[in-house]
Amino acid sequence: MSLFDKIKKQATEVTKSDVLKKEDAKKENDDITQPAQRLESVQETLSEMPPAQDVSAQQPLMTHGFNNAAESLNLQAGINTPRLQIDNASDKHFTIGIDLGTTHCVLSFAEFTADDEAFSQQVMGIAQLTSPSVVEDKLQLPSFLYQAHAVELPEGSTALPWNVKPAYITGEIARHLGSKTPIRLVSSAKSWLCHAGVDCKSPILPADAPDEVEKVSPFEATKAYLEHMQQAWLRYHPNAPLSAQDVVITVPASFDPAARELTIEAARSVGLGQAILLEEPQAALYSWIEQTQGDWRKQAKCGDIILVIDVGGGTTDLSLIAVTEKEGNLDLTRVAVGEHILLGGDNMDLALAYTIKAKLEKEGKRLEPWQIQALTHGCREAKEKLFSQPSLDHVPLVVPNRGSSLIDGVLRSELTRDDLSAVIVDGFLPMVLVSERPVTRQRTGLRTTGLPYAQDAGITRHLAAFLSKQLNAADEFEAINVPQNATFLHPTAVLFNGGVFKAHALSERLMTVLNGWLAAENAPQARLLDGADLDLAVARGAAYYGFVRKGKGVRIKGGTAAAYYVGVESAMPAVPGMPPEIQALCIAPFGMEEGTQAELSGDEFGLVVGEPVRFRFFASTTRREDVVGTRLDYWQDDELSELSELEVILDKENRRAGEVVSVYLGSTVTEVGTLELNAFSNKDSGRWKIEFDVRN
Amino acid sequence: MDIKNYMIDLTLKPTVLDAWHVSLAAFVMILAITLVVVLFLMVMHLMRSSSASSKPIVKEIEKIVEVPVEKIIEKVIEVPVEKIIEKVVEVPVDRIIEKIVQAPAPAPVILKESNPDAALQLLYLLQNDARFIDFVREDMSVHSDEDVGMVARVIHEGCNKVLNEHFTFAAICKENEGDKVTLLDGYDAAKVRITGQIVGKPPFTGTVIHKGWQITEVRLPNTVQGYNPNVIAPAEVEL
Repeated sequence: MSLFDKIKKQATEVTKSDVLKKEDAKKENDDITQPAQRLESVQETLSEMPPAQDVSAQQPLMTHGFNNAAESLNLQAGINTPRLQIDNASDKHFTIGIDLGTTHCVLSFAEFTADDEAFSQQVMGIAQLTSPSVVEDKLQLPSFLYQAHAVELPEGSTALPWNVKPAYITGEIARHLGSKTPIRLVSSAKSWLCHAGVDCKSPILPADAPDEVEKVSPFEATKAYLEHMQQAWLRYHPNAPLSAQDVVITVPASFDPAARELTIEAARSVGLGQAILLEEPQAALYSWIEQTQGDWRKQAKCGDIILVIDVGGGTTDLSLIAVTEKEGNLDLTRVAVGEHILLGGDNMDLALAYTIKAKLEKEGKRLEPWQIQALTHGCREAKEKLFSQPSLDHVPLVVPNRGSSLIDGVLRSELTRDDLSAVIVDGFLPMVLVSERPVTRQRTGLRTTGLPYAQDAGITRHLAAFLSKQLNAADEFEAINVPQNATFLHPTAVLFNGGVFKAHALSERLMTVLNGWLAAENAPQARLLDGADLDLAVARGAAYYGFVRKGKGVRIKGGTAAAYYVGVESAMPAVPGMPPEIQALCIAPFGMEEGTQAELSGDEFGLVVGEPVRFRFFASTTRREDVVGTRLDYWQDDELSELSELEVILDKENRRAGEVVSVYLGSTVTEVGTLELNAFSNKDSGRWKIEFDVRN
Repeated sequence: MDIKNYMIDLTLKPTVLDAWHVSLAAFVMILAITLVVVLFLMVMHLMRSSSASSKPIVKEIEKIVEVPVEKIIEKVIEVPVEKIIEKVVEVPVDRIIEKIVQAPAPAPVILKESNPDAALQLLYLLQNDARFIDFVREDMSVHSDEDVGMVARVIHEGCNKVLNEHFTFAAICKENEGDKVTLLDGYDAAKVRITGQIVGKPPFTGTVIHKGWQITEVRLPNTVQGYNPNVIAPAEVEL
């Protein structure tokens, strides 16, 4: 309604000269807040006066909709942080979804209500420091931690609403300070959790910091982010702490058992013992299901294979979900997950920045590190602009001087559409055949302990490898037909997740490549599942999962994403110069469901009391037929991948040091979603936990 | 003894005008004036309490009423000393009645002082996210239009981001600029400013020149103790 319509309406009401009626109508129309209401009544009592200019000039700005013209304000979705009210209720019960991302965290929540069908959720603004002494609510908490120098920040300027002196500086301020002082910035802690080869509980981050900087472990950083979100929640719900709600934390589908265990342990140590895990691509699908409001049953049909492609800031996560029918209802089963690929949207921005840098260097300009960083930032914005406005041909890139005179020494270049197509579209999503594989170079021996970033930036090549490897993933379902001559599993529907796919050109390219592969094998085209919220879907889906677990929606079945094996030496005579042959003994089969146990009572191991015993540990995402106890003498390189070693120490309790105890191994998939391995004594009730995270 | 000798005959007129009689007359006059003043104050008090109950802005009205009262009292005391009693009584009564009727007319001008903190905070945000201060304070005469234009893009984008992040904007007038609109009687003059041929009575018909802006929501960051709002941008020293 326009302002003038409103004026007309009020004027006609006045002509009725029925004061009572007028006031009633006003009450209905206005959603004015208390102080505004008072001012208006003042205005009315002083009605003989000319239009009360001075009174309206005193209108408090904060009051919503004091003026009726503002009724249909065009709120700019996405940018604005909703203003939350402090909710003192203690009898409310919420389902909370936490997206614990590589580059940022999001918390989504919904209240459990008596009405079963109602599910309305919100994303919480997380209070955080944005610069020293300044606290703001933001929908995302950047997953960064900054180890400030003792005299770097003014005393008391890192105070948060819940803690005068927090142990760690996290969020926007950490990212901001760290961008100028990278030696003190902890980033990508999540990727380190899944990095075989380091001990995630030892202080190793920031990886290239001088000795003087106090380091933290990836585990400690994860704890810090969870603790921050917990406190931010408590601020708005002082009587409903997070520890009393249903909490779902998302992890990449490709997270190995050790990384999952570390995540849940971090949650437990900040008091979220009830938290459960959910794979991110599944969360994205849950969010899509929730957003279609029941319509998903029309968009997905029995026999579908849904490919979820989740490209986050730092990782690419792939999953396949089969749609089958059981007693007239559609069933969803996660049949395969991809490998942990450290490749994401941040790589794209960096790639663009280096392209521009090369251009500038050709012109004879030398770039300083801060300029490259500013360029990366500029490239991200230019990229988004070019992708969202197809009519633009190029976007100027300007890096102003750091000093107060910003025009002197300004760096200027431009990002053209050709650059964008060459670097992003062709570089990250090349048109390849399904037979192509990611290129891997031999790692040089001098590599320091950094993150194992993907060497091939071609996401389509990673996708080709994944689909080919998972050709037989859906064999167990009759409803799903894979043609005899197929060289890869044919997806029939695709769901995208991650801000990267806001660029239409990228989602279109991926569909073109995929449909090209399908056409080559005479398979029908895959369709795109619409209506996903690319940025917040994971957190939203996680909150919805809490709702689903109460039996209020369809649940995706899955179980373990891989089959797990321990390495045992085979009994054969030693050959000098050759390491003993090892066999892989299956201790947890593929798709082992939550809340189930398996025991290997047939295989005995003699363990020495008090001495650590180590096992090699393997996983396979393709061997679906192996059951507990299956021994493999031989396997192909791509069938089994080695994870970090396992370790078990038998404590000396009631036993002599050096004594050999006969044990068997057992595995449990917990309700939480983690894998637990135990050694059981053959003679008594002794039981020892086998630790995953013994990386060094 | 005849008791009549001791009675006072009130019909008697003073035959001699001595100092005693003059002072007696003056005393009576002072008593009369005091009575008038007391009555006047009571009337004022009654009126004030009845009007206060209907109007929430107590403070403003109090001020309005108090000002004339003080003046009148001063006058009342001064006037009788030199002038005749009749006039003394008349003058205040007339004035009082006038003042009461006009009481709200000279609307109290309350100058509200702005809090500089929020303004400084906005400058901080504009400088930190958009380099606004650097840009505006730079000597533009030494740079070419091309250079200025180039940098202006960056500043413009940053400022726009800051504004969108911290304020919600809405146009006051939903009609397009250039469209004809009709303003009915009682329109909000604070929101719509009429210009040009302002004659006659509403409804007015005119052309929208500017659709107007208003802020419907402000989201400024919170600050903690020790925040120095005067620092718009800290100096940066690279080690």
